[in-house]
Amino acid sequence: MLGVVGTVPDPHFPLVHGPVRLIGAELDIAGRRVAVNRGTPALLAAALKTAESRGGPEIYAFLAGDIGKGDGSRRLYQFLARRLPEFPLRVLTFHYLQPDVDWHNRVLFAVEAMTPRPTLIADAGFMYAAKMSGQSADYDFFTPDVGELAFLADEMAPHPFYTRGFILHQEADVPGLIRRAYQHGNAARCLVVKGRRDYIADREQVLASVAAPAFDAMEAIGGTGDTLTGMLTVLCDGDLKPAAAALLAASANRWTGFYARPTPATQVSQLIDTIPQALQKALEEDLTEDARDGTS
Amino acid sequence: MFGFFRKQKGGGRKNSERPAADRGILVFENTSDVIQAENVLKKSGWPVRVMGPPPEIRTGCDLVIEFPLIEELNVRRTLAKADIPPLSVVPVTGPLLAPVDLFQTKDFGDYLMVRAANMKITVAKEDFKIVNISGGGCPDVPFLAQALVGKSMAQAPRPRDLGHTLCGYALELAYEELHRIC
Repeated sequence: MLGVVGTVPDPHFPLVHGPVRLIGAELDIAGRRVAVNRGTPALLAAALKTAESRGGPEIYAFLAGDIGKGDGSRRLYQFLARRLPEFPLRVLTFHYLQPDVDWHNRVLFAVEAMTPRPTLIADAGFMYAAKMSGQSADYDFFTPDVGELAFLADEMAPHPFYTRGFILHQEADVPGLIRRAYQHGNAARCLVVKGRRDYIADREQVLASVAAPAFDAMEAIGGTGDTLTGMLTVLCDGDLKPAAAALLAASANRWTGFYARPTPATQVSQLIDTIPQALQKALEEDLTEDARDGTS
Repeated sequence: MFGFFRKQKGGGRKNSERPAADRGILVFENTSDVIQAENVLKKSGWPVRVMGPPPEIRTGCDLVIEFPLIEELNVRRTLAKADIPPLSVVPVTGPLLAPVDLFQTKDFGDYLMVRAANMKITVAKEDFKIVNISGGGCPDVPFLAQALVGKSMAQAPRPRDLGHTLCGYALELAYEELHRIC
């Protein structure tokens, strides 16, 4: 099964873990319902839609309520540090958690005790903590947007809020930022960078990129990164190589825009509804040309 | 909150990027306290700045307030009255990280988006309704989106009142910028 760790924006939501199902516009986990808006619930909904399309694996979530005070995140960290090796997970995705380097390190230590070791994906707050810990290379995927890539490329910044201006000004040069992130050891084995053009890269090179279809409005919609990470969580579990899974997830994420016809007011749940069609379309596409673009 | 300075106390020195022996930092338990303390101190006219903490006290998602060290007693008194006492006061001994101060605005025709650091807020021009909040990775982002999206800027709570993290603080900056240009 595939694991997802994250938070829900409800201070009274307890720590729960278990298989997740999508029922209408809500998640069902351990007898509780969670609205799919954005954040980790959006990631989970996207993963469930993808799994459904692929006749796929069970998604197992670890969730706690946290509205930014860090209490729910700490409960999760504590639980995972103690019990993670008990769960037979092939993929483990960490998402909206309060960045905390000390707790991050304890959780990563628990991951090392898992057999076999799962494919590790870090996004959002947990990716910030992973970068700050200096252990980015232990992860299989980071999924930053271009602003977060600038943060990874800035060896001094402990959070995107402190990314230095001269690096932020290089956002048009995504391959350059990717190189800089790897030079300083602040990138996972594979980077999936979300932006006007999505890039898939490893330490050696940009492996692929995809720029179509393109919808300007997607930049304004909260949760489009969550959906990409949700799809990647499922797609990297199959027969595809990591870069191919990442390219398929990035492409399908773009096609959700085609089917949802987004405006800046579109909500991510409308995009999630189109994932089965978008995934089918991306699978039918020949991505070879875009992949060549990325390496030129 | 950020633009309404009264006459500044403490010599009016507010924009130095270099460390100085006459500056100290106020350390608080969490970012929410920092945001409130900044609000109180600025309203009282103190030349303070929100900055990144030095590495030895950094946890990953935190802010400190830089202030004129010579005014420590007065600043402490102001904060005590507001019931936001700092955990500690530390002299500045090295350069502090400065928050991102770049704003980007994107005009979608019927909608306007402002980005500050890693946070973006988008409003409909017609009625200034907040239609989306994107970016960020701290757990208060979905909470803030839930509280703000669908409301007009006049009706929506301020990110500074609900946010607890650097992402929440960045969203407040974007909100301020949006307010300034709308």
